[in-house]
Amino acid sequence: MKNFTYVRANSTQDAIQRATKEKAANFIAGGTNLVDRLKVFLDEPSQLIDISRLDLNRIERTREGGLRIGALVSNTAVADDPEIRSDYPLLSRAILSGASQQIRNMATVGGNLMQRTRCPYYYDTVFPCNKRQPGSGCPAAVGINKMHAILGGSEQCIAVHPSDMCVPLAALDAVVEVEGAQGRRQISFSEFHRLPGNTPQLDNNLAPGEIITAVILPPISFAKSGVYLKLRDRASYAFALISVAAALEIRDGQIQEARMALGGVAHKPWRSPEAEQFLQGKPAETATFQQAAELVLRDAKPLKYNAFKVDMAKRAIRRALTVSAQGGGIA
Amino acid sequence: MQDDKKRWWQTSRRNFLARALTAAGGAIAAPSLLNAAQARQESSANPPGEGEIQVSLKINAQEQMLNIEPRVTLLDALREKLGLTGSKKGCDHGQCGACTVLVDGQRVYSCLALAVMQDGKAITTIEGLARGDTLHPVQTAFIDNDGFQCGYCTPGQICATVALLDEVKRGCASAVTPELNSPPQLAQLSEAEARERLSGNLCRCSAYNGIVAAVQQVTGQTPPEPTALMLVQDLEQPA
Repeated sequence: MKNFTYVRANSTQDAIQRATKEKAANFIAGGTNLVDRLKVFLDEPSQLIDISRLDLNRIERTREGGLRIGALVSNTAVADDPEIRSDYPLLSRAILSGASQQIRNMATVGGNLMQRTRCPYYYDTVFPCNKRQPGSGCPAAVGINKMHAILGGSEQCIAVHPSDMCVPLAALDAVVEVEGAQGRRQISFSEFHRLPGNTPQLDNNLAPGEIITAVILPPISFAKSGVYLKLRDRASYAFALISVAAALEIRDGQIQEARMALGGVAHKPWRSPEAEQFLQGKPAETATFQQAAELVLRDAKPLKYNAFKVDMAKRAIRRALTVSAQGGGIA
Repeated sequence: MQDDKKRWWQTSRRNFLARALTAAGGAIAAPSLLNAAQARQESSANPPGEGEIQVSLKINAQEQMLNIEPRVTLLDALREKLGLTGSKKGCDHGQCGACTVLVDGQRVYSCLALAVMQDGKAITTIEGLARGDTLHPVQTAFIDNDGFQCGYCTPGQICATVALLDEVKRGCASAVTPELNSPPQLAQLSEAEARERLSGNLCRCSAYNGIVAAVQQVTGQTPPEPTALMLVQDLEQPA
């Protein structure tokens, strides 16, 4: 990898100031994705600003009764937190289904939001790629696109967001707290990541020099029955082909409220407000779940090698909703 | 950029050859000890060179001062600077687990960790598990249960298993844990749990059954008889 200078930030403010001054700098915390990208010359920062020792590693109750997770809490610590296990089990399960224990020990919450696609054409600098070099083309469109998007893609880019953790965060309407030279602001989870459109080089809506300080979970009583179902090529340690985070609030057999997000299908965790709306007031039964699944996938645009994802996603939605309706657990 | 890369590679190669030559004339353990002593001497005598940073690491209970470039991974620092070649470079991309070490007691991939970021931390490698001639119980269990064939992934597998035991004791859950709020105790750790929890370590020889048996031994369970691990046709050979 290309060499860089290294500084250790001693406060969030210090990190922001350094990043504002040194335009080609990168923050680093867990490094599980960034170090890998440095090795293949995908990123060539002039400086790494080590934020791993900042005081952003606590999980606290919010006044509203939700949880505020510091950006530097490790994935392992989130998954094993007693309150997250009890109140947001779908978040615990999503994290545990991702990567390996070694990576989860290193990786942070903020870094998970910032990780970039594992599209093989993006990763291999021999190929052109609109995400890497805007305007150069998208070989995935006519290449081996088994892992790629079936929803929300553009002519420029059909990469998918690789995170498991972000799928329940999207379903739970989490809020991303960020801080920059202009001060602190909050971004709703659905506004954090972007669809590729004509600017596939941009994964998210962070401004230059901004740093993620926390992810905030609102209180959602029925998240206790939430599930995360992940389907992939091997039983463990692989990215999702399809994943579903879902939680249902049911009273007397009738769905009061539904939350659902899909991973492995788009450039960001995919929500379908239409399907969630449809579920409201319907009986919690297979036919309802099937209809909701049809709605989510109605505008799917399968590619040459990933047409299987459409049916797989529908079945996954049906199963995730069924298990959530039964009270949750392993989907 | 290209030049940088080449110089880095050549330096490593030279160090490697120097060590190999030393090894040829002496005991196998000598080069790592020699190298570690050299690293300590170099660093205490010399200020960091241009582009280098001084880092203090406690490796296998021994304080080490290193002058290194920030781009050096913990794995390369261990292998190239300190001669601790037990930790292996398999994929170098965090996909195989051969480089697994413990940092402050937690297992990590040393190939994805920058050495400068570990300043002040305690690192345990495969070389630091035995007490003198007495192997760590996990090492013994791997030998007792044929938990390897070629041995390349073994240092990573053993470090991962040592961490796994601690994680189970601390109540960590896994993706296959049925009840998140009541994770399994060591004595109840199922085969499915063992396989899931070690899925970040690949074995190209596919010694997985032996590895699972080793885990069962160190968790106080009864591993299957060695014959249970043999292929059916081995047992059905005509008399």
